[in-house]
Amino acid sequence: MSKKKLMKGNEALAEAMIRAGCDAYFGYPITPQSEVIEYLSREATNRTGMVVLQAESEVAAINMIYGSAACGRRVMTTSSSPGISLMQEGLSYIAAAELPCLVANINRGGPGLGTIQPSQGDYFQATKGGGHGDYHLIVLAPSSVQEMVDYVLLGFELSEKYRCPTMLLTDGAIGQMMEKVELFEQMPRKTEFPDWATTGKPKDSDRRIITSLFIQPEKMEQINLGLQRKYREIEKNEVRYQTIDTDDADYIFTGFGLGARICTKAMELGRAKGYKIGVIRPQTLYPFPYDLYFEHSKKVKGIFDVEMNAGQMVEDVRLAVLGNTRVEFYGRMGGIIPTPDEILENFEKMFLQ
Amino acid sequence: MTQEAIFSGFGGQGVLTMGMLLGYAGIIEDKEVTWMPSYGPEMRGGTANCITIISDTSISSPIISTFDTLMALNQPSVDKFEEKVKKGGNIIYDSTNIINVPTRKDINIYAVPGSETAVRLKNSKVLNMIMLGSFLKVNPILKLESIWKALEQVLPERYHHLIPLNQEAFNTGMELIAK
Repeated sequence: MSKKKLMKGNEALAEAMIRAGCDAYFGYPITPQSEVIEYLSREATNRTGMVVLQAESEVAAINMIYGSAACGRRVMTTSSSPGISLMQEGLSYIAAAELPCLVANINRGGPGLGTIQPSQGDYFQATKGGGHGDYHLIVLAPSSVQEMVDYVLLGFELSEKYRCPTMLLTDGAIGQMMEKVELFEQMPRKTEFPDWATTGKPKDSDRRIITSLFIQPEKMEQINLGLQRKYREIEKNEVRYQTIDTDDADYIFTGFGLGARICTKAMELGRAKGYKIGVIRPQTLYPFPYDLYFEHSKKVKGIFDVEMNAGQMVEDVRLAVLGNTRVEFYGRMGGIIPTPDEILENFEKMFLQ
Repeated sequence: MTQEAIFSGFGGQGVLTMGMLLGYAGIIEDKEVTWMPSYGPEMRGGTANCITIISDTSISSPIISTFDTLMALNQPSVDKFEEKVKKGGNIIYDSTNIINVPTRKDINIYAVPGSETAVRLKNSKVLNMIMLGSFLKVNPILKLESIWKALEQVLPERYHHLIPLNQEAFNTGMELIAK
């Protein structure tokens, strides 16, 4: 038997969390991601001693994350759109306090309680802050079950490197679907904690304080400037993306997560009809690959952006290309997933007729 | 080889399991696999379907517009997906359940009396295994032994005594195509 397994996106995410040596998970069940806490409560504690706790609400869960992250622990929560909205206050506090943690949003259709079917309608919320104040989350967008595994590890690493809360923005379909995955080996849980962690006052140094309250404007501005310096650093170092057949492309299809994979199939269908199409898929939504789109915008006749929302990432694409090329958008909402044929037809209508 | 199939029927008929079993068997043979279920209200009793893709090469999208094979276990599945089968593709349907049969001339159509056969085998729950046998006969993309191994993986151990019944149903499904 090969080491490769067939796993559901949500279960693969949970398994990766255990293997990454995660210390604690706090969450509250919500479709379409309840398998995460189900899987963890069955598997995690026996195997690594990891804490798995169903909180009384998402508000409680994110504040438990805040507390345990302050102790230097590797911690994670998951939820879906309405639950993620409830967590925004906590995420703003965590960003201000510069603590690492990982949050997965298994995006479902909104606004409001919406639908349990998949959507990408939380792009703005994820990439532009979401809560109050000038802050960012690092945002990773997995497009396969394998990336649900890989980005858990990457997400922990990035969030710890920059002391910046990190989000996996994915959708209900990737959470529910099964694909072949290769899992990484079990990693040990941490036994040493960073020098900022509030693990008790050390004899030979001052008290460690973690807070997001800075009453003096001068002090608050220094905190803001420090955060912004960190974001520039992240923007410089951590942009990740995938390009497919863009070298000879006249047109670029683009999208993220599941949308990008459907675009790739539409590209294959288009290439079979003789259209020179390539695909750009951002793997990090923050930091966004602005330069990559700008470079391609000088060479192509148009960029076609497809999302499962009313047009959110397309605003960043338009910002990136500075009017160099035509950018058109096609999207479905309410939990409807566009099909490859539908994407190609709309491309033909918008660009070729 | 790439097989892009959709399994569709009522919730409870085991259509999701059919695709899943094929997926597990695919992994055993180190194929690329995606299994995309319809989830939500369907799982609570309405119509349910799953798109299952098995391939020797990497799979770009788990969402597709057209299918090589439609496995239809109820009338709405034929009504909804007949037009989505690729030219030269297959429809396999449970002829016990479906009255308005598929009519296209540019595809292969297999009428399999699945539910009737399940009753004859004295277990209506093996309908999906009968139909999966027919599927593999029409599309011999995986080895029979991989299906048997997959059955062991999918079924919890307390149900392993039911494996011979499932195998019998599967073999019967294969024979129903041969005839």
